[in-house]
Formats: sequence, structure tokens, C-alpha cells
Amino acid sequence: MKAIIADHLVKTYRHGEVRALDNLSLDVAEGTVLSVLGPNGAGKTTVVRILTTLLTPDSGSASVGGIDVIKHPDKVREIIGLSGQYAAVDETLTGMDNLVMFGRLYHLGKKAAILRADELLERFSLTDSARRPIKTYSGGMRRRLDLAASLIVQPKVLFLDEPTTGLDPRGRQEMWGVIEELVKGGVTLLLTTQYLDEADQLADDIAVIDHGKVIARGTSDALKTQVGGERLEVVVDQQHVGATMEIVSRVSGQKASLDEGLRLISAPVTTGAGALIEVLRSLDTAGIHPLDVGLKRPSLDDVFMSLTGHAAEDEVKELDTGKRSGRKSKKDKKVKGAKA
Amino acid sequence: MRALTDALIITKRQLLQLARVPEVLIFSTIQPVMFVLLFRYVFGGSINTGQPGGYVQLLMPGIFVQTTAFTLAATASGLAEDMTKGLIDRFRSLPISRSALVFGRTLGDGLLNVVVLFVMGIAGFLVGWRPTSGPVKIGLAFIFLLAFGYALSWVGIFAGLSARDYRVVQNVSFLITFPLTFLSNAFAPTTGMPRALQYVAEWNPVSTMVAACRELFGLKNQFGATAGSFPSEHPLPMSLIYMVLILLVFVPLSVRKYTHAAKK
Repeated sequence: MKAIIADHLVKTYRHGEVRALDNLSLDVAEGTVLSVLGPNGAGKTTVVRILTTLLTPDSGSASVGGIDVIKHPDKVREIIGLSGQYAAVDETLTGMDNLVMFGRLYHLGKKAAILRADELLERFSLTDSARRPIKTYSGGMRRRLDLAASLIVQPKVLFLDEPTTGLDPRGRQEMWGVIEELVKGGVTLLLTTQYLDEADQLADDIAVIDHGKVIARGTSDALKTQVGGERLEVVVDQQHVGATMEIVSRVSGQKASLDEGLRLISAPVTTGAGALIEVLRSLDTAGIHPLDVGLKRPSLDDVFMSLTGHAAEDEVKELDTGKRSGRKSKKDKKVKGAKA
Repeated sequence: MRALTDALIITKRQLLQLARVPEVLIFSTIQPVMFVLLFRYVFGGSINTGQPGGYVQLLMPGIFVQTTAFTLAATASGLAEDMTKGLIDRFRSLPISRSALVFGRTLGDGLLNVVVLFVMGIAGFLVGWRPTSGPVKIGLAFIFLLAFGYALSWVGIFAGLSARDYRVVQNVSFLITFPLTFLSNAFAPTTGMPRALQYVAEWNPVSTMVAACRELFGLKNQFGATAGSFPSEHPLPMSLIYMVLILLVFVPLSVRKYTHAAKK
């Protein structure tokens, strides 16, 4: 069963001048994670706002948990949790105050609300700071509290709108851990992100959106395959470059390319690990010891570039150069690829 | 029923905020008390009112009304801050009644007024304010004041939800409430103003409220002559009419605005 369905959603602003959503359709199967990936201004937040009943589309329809969001917004609100781009909690109140207040607003009794707040604080490692005002929390702690607030009644469907935007690397790691835990618990999750590695890490399925449309949909692997297969990369000493080029070209069946500065020889391969073993064996026979060797799978950056013709972070750059971490993530990918 | 308990949870949130940051309550009380003292001793000596007991008898109702009028700014900036910080989105995604948040907010700001008016009343008494009308009418005057503050709170809700940034709201609402309270009979007789301005001042709900309170506190001859406008002749019914009008316009407008509110 589909837990989320969005069908030809259109939303325009300023009397049609700005088309935030342009016939956007997507669906999420129950118990799975869909990441909506796109640059700033692609329409991610607009989709989330419509699905969480905060905004009415100009046309199109949508349902969450089988309930029409336009006709029965009240019923939808009972089964969803939303954690937005900003930690939407009362900063003057303590973590405990906030969770109890939201618990009460979800119509838990006083005792039940306190009990649930305790549970959630414990689960998100916030027990020690439970009695401190949110003002004193770090960015990561605020986000965790915000997430906790959206989990008070164990929602069937959870919406996380850019849950790690603006967090430092450690905060992101912690947040990922928390989200992965949640997903294991079986919740249906729609997550928006402009971080390609985040989508890769957390989602079963990725919908790439740009200018209010879904431009690609599939698993991370499928999207990567769509762009092209793996590349085999070897780094060797200067004296072995020529011989290695020959070996790699032979295994690949295509002429290997060389990055002279890095002494990095690479070529596309279709047989994955098999090709890797073959190259290593040949290098060993030739008495060449590679300094580094690996299979590099195309990153989602590559996917985005090939789908849209522009990098995912082009538009973000204009707004805030400080927040980006795309470059770092690319490096992570490579390490991961080598392990594969 | 559900809507009421939801609203009360929002009201409780405001009380909790005050408990966590008591300075807010302290300073929102000090400010009107400071006004009482400044006006009483700076202007009090030079304004001849022809009232037994002097200027302070006329001043206190004026300052009471001014203070309740500032509720507009408090509500507006509180709500605009919630909006800027994304809290309104969260509240709107909860399965609670649409009116609960705004209703709860106005109740909370109304409660704050109870405390502020009480402290001001004591301060006024200490500097010579002596209402002469008896407990029932005095009580009625305070109910009038609270109701006026409550009605303006709904204007504040609308203003707060319409704003792009909460820092702007604070400035703009003071820009509205200051002339509104000074272009009135609150601190000086309207008879000293140019004729045209005098009419504006006398149709100003603040003047009507001040005149109504003065009457309820036992002052007959207020600031002497008026321009002869209807509100200044019938302050009590006219105040009620103003309050009802404000609520009739701004309650539905504000709830509607909240339902469609979008974080800027």
C-alpha cells in the first residue's frame, strides 16, 4: 500500500509567475524511505507543506495514509509527524516543557505526556539537558528535540524537511543515526535534502526534483547506473604508469585515462569486483605495487549533473557558501567505493 | 470543549515562559508604573483640571487604557516571533482546533494585563489616585479595561500574522499605538487641539475608553468642554460598541489568517 501519494500537484505563487510545483507526482510505499532530493528552490518544502496540510495546492490531489489531505486535513494531522527546516520549538522553555506541551496538544493526559516526554528525551540522549531552556542547546540538540516533538504519538508517516541543514558534521552524523533508528522501527518517511550523500545514506528510494518536477526516480543504485557504470582507479609510482595504463586498458576494453598530477589511472568497467581482481593479479605478476586502488561508483553529484546539466549546489552557493558540504561528501563516496 | 482545553495549553505555555524568564513580567510591569510616576510628577503640577484630587485622578484612567492598548504590540510581536521561528507551522500540523493557538494567545496576554493593571492600581493609589465610585463600578472599570485589551489583542494577532519579521512588528505596532494613545483625551484635554484633530481624538476609541473609565471611577466633569461628538457624550455604550466591532472584524480575520498562515 502507498502511504503517501501526490498526484499532479501544481502550486504557483505571485499569480502564476512562480511555479513552485509543476505537475509533481510521487508516491511512497508503506514502511519505506523516500528522499526528495533537489537544490534550494526546487520545490521540496512546498511538497512537504502540501502533504502536511499546511498549504493547499492550486490543483492536483494528495493523500497520506490513504486520507485525502485537502478534504480531511484534520484526520491527516493525527497520523503525521513533521520536523521542518528550523527547529520549531519554544526556545524560552526547557526541553521537557516543550515535549509535555506538545504531548498535551496531541491530547495525551498530563501523566502520559510527562511519561512520553521522559521516554523521548532518553531516546534522543537529551535527559541531562531536559531542564535547561532550549536557548542553551546546540544546533544538533535542538534538531533532535524538534524531531522528538514530531514523534510524540508515534506517527505512521513522518516528514523531515532538510533535517540536517545547517548542522556541523558531528550533528549530521548524530541525526543520521537517530533517523536510521526510526526507520528500523517501520515508519514511512519522506525526507527532503539537498545533500546527495544524505539521500544515499538514508533512503530506499530517491526522487530527484528540479523546478517543481520529478526529473528522476529510483534507488540510489539505479540512478547511478543510469548515469554510467563504475570506474576502476589505480594510483602507482611514476615509473609504472605506462605498464599500468596497458593493464587497465586491457581489462577495461577501453583506453584508460591518466591524471598525471595524481598518477591516477582510471577506466570504466562493467564487471565490478571481477575487474578489480584481474587488474590486481596482473599488476602483481608485473611486480607493480599500487599505492591505491579502488572502484569508484558515480556519486549522486554525477547523477544530478547528468540529469539537470547543472550541479546540485549551484543555487545554494549563491545563498550560503558556508553550509555546503558537497565537496567533503564526494571524498566520503570514494572511500566507500574502494571498500565495495 | 476540545478547542478550549487546547487554547488553555497555549495559555499555559505563555505562563511557563514568564516563569522561565521572570524579567519579562517584571519589566512589562515597571514600564507602566514608570509612566504613572513620570506623568503624575512631571505634568501633574502644571495641568489645572478643576478636579478635586488633581491631575492624577484624570491621569490614571488614561494610563490604564494606554497600557491595555499596548497589548496589541505584545500579542503581535509574540505571534510574529512564533511565525518567524517556525512554531506556527508546527502548531498548524498538530491535530488541534484552528482557533486554539490564537485564542490561547489572547487569553495569555489578557492574564498578563490582570497582573499589570493590579500593580499599576497600587502604584496609582500610592501617588494619590482615589476613585470615588465604590467597588462595583471600580470593578466594572477594570473589566472594561481587560475587555479592551483583549479586543486589541485580536488586532495584534492579525498584525503579527501579517508581518514579515517580528522585529518589524514591534516597531510598527508602537508606531500605531503611540499616536493612538496620545491623540486622545488620555493625558491632556482635547479642547487644546486644532478643531479637526479634536474630532479625530474624540472618535478615537482610546478617548472613549478613557472617558468611560473616568466615569466608572467617579469623575463627572472630565477635561471640561468637548467638541460635542457622540462618543464623548456617551462613552460607556460607545466603548462597548467599539469593542464588539473590533472583535467582530478581527476574530474572523485573524482565524482565517492563521489557517492560511505561511512562514515567511
